[in-house]
Amino acid sequence: MIGLYHPGHSLIHRAPMLLKLSLLSLAVLLVGLLGELGQLGACLLAVIALFLLARVPLGAAWKQIGPILWILVIAVPLQALFAGWTTAGLMAGRLLIAVALAALFTLTTTVTAVLEGFQKLLRPFRRWVDADRVGLLLALTLRCIPLVAEIVSEVIEARRARGTQGSLLALAVPVVVRSLYAADAIGEALAARGLDD
Amino acid sequence: MSTIDFDGVSHAFGERMVLRDIRLSLTEQRIGIVGANGSGKSTLVRLINGLIRPDTGTVSVGGLDVARNAKAVRRQVGFIFTNPDNQIVMPTVAEDVAFTLRRRGLTPLEITTRTQAALERFGLDQHADHPAHRLSGGQKQLLALAAVLVAEPEIVVADEPTTLLDARNARRITELLLGLSQQVIVVTHQLDLLAAFDRVIVMEDGRVVADNAPDAALGAYRELLA
Ligand SMILES: Nc1ncnc2c1ncn2[C@@H]1O[C@H](COP(=O)(O)OP(=O)(O)OP(=O)(O)O)[C@@H](O)[C@H]1O
Ligand SMILES: [Mg+2]
Repeated sequence: MIGLYHPGHSLIHRAPMLLKLSLLSLAVLLVGLLGELGQLGACLLAVIALFLLARVPLGAAWKQIGPILWILVIAVPLQALFAGWTTAGLMAGRLLIAVALAALFTLTTTVTAVLEGFQKLLRPFRRWVDADRVGLLLALTLRCIPLVAEIVSEVIEARRARGTQGSLLALAVPVVVRSLYAADAIGEALAARGLDD
Repeated sequence: MSTIDFDGVSHAFGERMVLRDIRLSLTEQRIGIVGANGSGKSTLVRLINGLIRPDTGTVSVGGLDVARNAKAVRRQVGFIFTNPDNQIVMPTVAEDVAFTLRRRGLTPLEITTRTQAALERFGLDQHADHPAHRLSGGQKQLLALAAVLVAEPEIVVADEPTTLLDARNARRITELLLGLSQQVIVVTHQLDLLAAFDRVIVMEDGRVVADNAPDAALGAYRELLA
């Protein structure tokens, strides 16, 4: 997802998207209910086993999970101070497992699979919602993340090149304007590809 | 080869007349369109697949009035834009190519096979599962071409497809376009590559001021610029 997909042929790659998503939600819920550090530790081991099964490269997995570790480094001591080490450990374990499982899902599932899954899911309701449109909207939203990120970095660069500095508003205005132009152009390209219906 | 006809076409954006009474019948296989900035080239080619509707006159493709049959016409006409970033819809390369084939009544296997073939044709097969937004500019434009051609359109229209590319990639894309079996209409500022076209149209201030074989048309354009 969002270009994070890492191709492979493991059992986890091949599992149906909806099954993976349901198991993911279930697991996150379950982990939230576990109250002992030992249980969470076992879950963590299981998660690691799943990563090994999926053969996701370490680097790709680290990119997803690394940032949360930084947050934990700060959050855990703080929480330990107020609520004790056990609570802090539980919170950290739950968060880590949830993030790791979500990362595993995104690393082994293509956007197309997600779209198709949702379309299947929405099929019984097709009289009220156009599943294809919902899917397209989702795909476009995902597509816009790197696009807007690029616009932001270009605007920042352009400001630096001209030696100007200013408020957040001065940054936001060109970003919004350029994003709107891009949206316009993407709309046109969609129409050209026969998808304006 | 299907014919693209402009019959007395005029178009204005607000008060500004951008095209004035255009009459053209495009039947040649490779047609180049040149002209100064703002002369109306993009407006002209956008009329071909109904992205813009004419204020007066009609545009037809293979006998179909574009204003009334935009959907059918768009299936025949593939369009390449200047900035490939704007035409990439899906997150990965293969998914974006496959995206064109949606709603065409193909089986998943047919979609995969045709997508794979298109990727191989443009040397993108190793990048199939890569994020499309991380390709180089030249590769992105190749992806745009693959995504258009996978649907096997009868006509390919490109509006300055090489303006954002370096000289080598620009040449490569132009050569690919010129080598297609389809009818191709290319708006370009690359005058050095025009010799390979069958017909060159020169636009100036919303009018066709020259319409000829490349040499003659280029001569007229150079005079205009002088
Ligand atoms: N959506 C629009 N709204 C208002 N004016 C427009 C719009 N699109 C184009 N124009 C104006 O119409 C005129 C012709 O534009 P067009 O894009 O067709 O020119 P062009 O020949 O493609 O130029 P360039 O070489 O810069 O791409 C220009 O003056 C332009 O400002
Ligand atoms: Mg233009």
